[in-house]
Amino acid sequence: MNLKPETLERIEAVIPKYPVKRSAVLPLLHYMQADQGYISQEAMEWIAGKLEIEPINVYELVTFYPFFRQKPRARRLVRVCRTLSCALSGSYKLCETLQKELDCTLGNPTADGEVEIEFAECLASCGTGPVVMVDDDFYDNVDETKAAAIVAKIKSESGKGAAEPVSED
Amino acid sequence: MIPAEQRVILKYLDEPGYTNDIECYIRHGGYEMLRKAFTMNPEEICHEVELSALRGRGGAGFPAGMKWKFLDRKSGKPIYLICNADESEPGTFKDRQIIHKDPHQLIEGMMIAAYATGTKLAFIYIREEFPQGANILEKAIEEAQASNFVGSNILGSGYSCDIIVHRGAGAYICGEETGLIESLEGKRPYPRIKPPYFPAVLGLYQCPTIVNNVETLCNIKHIIEIGGEDYSHIGVPGATGTRIWCVSGHVLKPGYYEFAGGAITLGELIYEVCGGMRPGRRLKAVIPGGSSAKILRADERYEGHLRDGTAFDWGIDDIPLDFDSFMAVGTMSGSAGVIVMDDTVDMVQALANLNAFYAHESCGQCTPCREGSLWMKKVSTRMCNGKARAEDVDLLASISKQIEGRTICAFGEACSWPTQSFVSKFKEEFAAKASETRSSTDNNGNRLI
Repeated sequence: MNLKPETLERIEAVIPKYPVKRSAVLPLLHYMQADQGYISQEAMEWIAGKLEIEPINVYELVTFYPFFRQKPRARRLVRVCRTLSCALSGSYKLCETLQKELDCTLGNPTADGEVEIEFAECLASCGTGPVVMVDDDFYDNVDETKAAAIVAKIKSESGKGAAEPVSED
Repeated sequence: MIPAEQRVILKYLDEPGYTNDIECYIRHGGYEMLRKAFTMNPEEICHEVELSALRGRGGAGFPAGMKWKFLDRKSGKPIYLICNADESEPGTFKDRQIIHKDPHQLIEGMMIAAYATGTKLAFIYIREEFPQGANILEKAIEEAQASNFVGSNILGSGYSCDIIVHRGAGAYICGEETGLIESLEGKRPYPRIKPPYFPAVLGLYQCPTIVNNVETLCNIKHIIEIGGEDYSHIGVPGATGTRIWCVSGHVLKPGYYEFAGGAITLGELIYEVCGGMRPGRRLKAVIPGGSSAKILRADERYEGHLRDGTAFDWGIDDIPLDFDSFMAVGTMSGSAGVIVMDDTVDMVQALANLNAFYAHESCGQCTPCREGSLWMKKVSTRMCNGKARAEDVDLLASISKQIEGRTICAFGEACSWPTQSFVSKFKEEFAAKASETRSSTDNNGNRLI
């Protein structure tokens, strides 16, 4: 595996924290996805070897947890909460607006691989819906003005590598 | 007059200038209760928690003191404490506030609980969708370690315990305590069957384990402060202490509000605390305790007897905000997530929205839930798309009845109760929809699915 030195450092630091090595599989998958942008077959085998478990024990997690991806995702991930309270505040319409403005459809990244929009289930901020996450950044009370600002920010950061999925070395 | 909140857990959290670092927390009296706890022995603390009659704030409302009492202390195996910060029940957003704005309150509550239960190692299981929350907790734990509130030989007491922040990966089922434990063990979060896998006996790594909600653990600190007996006098029997109610949907002032158990009614919460409906709109329905709780219809009346024998005859506005009153009217206070809907809402669409949630989140372990949640989604969604069949209303009700009680964990009930209650309480709306041949366009132009 061609991992960034800081990823390897985090991996080595987290494993001994747990009483049982296997418990470190979720953190390792998180670090791996942050480093590589997705979880490859090679990554699953590497993690399995590291934690002395079978690759299937890693694969079954990658296929279960919605957050992990087996294919490279777009550089920016926009998550729009669609569950009831946000829907009551207009999140379906917001999602349509974002798709139009960012020129992509739900679940399908833009042609340049820059942005992907998906619906998320309840993001636990129901009192200030609709809510949106752009990568790790959180936005609530997203009205038209705020949506336009989010779109402008994403466009202005296009190609700047804030969430560069490819390893540097 | 707007009823005044009784802020205990939320006391400082929204005060101007209150920050989430340890210096600010200590300036506000932080970690004094941990010091006090170390002057008591663990059994005394457990006794105080039992006296307080504190009930779990995650959803089931199980008495915290009793949960701790079930802990198998004689097994010789290490004991673990897990804070359930997987806050995912639609309509609930209180833990997010505590974690972001007052993380040390949670850590202090946790360390008192850890000492009282003889915990060897503690975990905070936080959902993936709170990345900033996880960072804030990591930083707060480092600060607490540097000040010797967490770690080795805490405050010279001889007691040692660390906290690990463990991030989930987007699965609602991890909020179920045995599913959470499986997830923490590095497995798929398939809930375990009880008996025998009661966490207090056979939990994490088959060792005795306590799993408590964020708000529950924060309360421990306040129980130590005033004593279990005095704590039990806040609120009403069966709903002691305060509770944070999260209100969302069609009210003018949605938000999180803390009140003593039973201090106000649902009507006071909606019309006074939250400013009531939007102009020109009327209340149609309320989901009182997170999306899994059975819906209440605005024009219903509830008659019956409370557990203590008192007769009641309530409209929806009269229901006191406590555990037992919501039980008495056939629903639950659950996670205290109140979702308010006005007369613009198409109830079939609202149900289809929730059914899509449950179909997405069923872990798939038990057939009735895996298949049933999907079919409830399919049927309710096709009703919204003008493709309903004549039998669909009865079919929905029938599917929901076949899941409840036939699954390993409570997700089976959680996913069937919305369908059961929506269909039975708004039957005419579902029947009308079943005869429509076009997609729904009402709902004030606001799609819910």
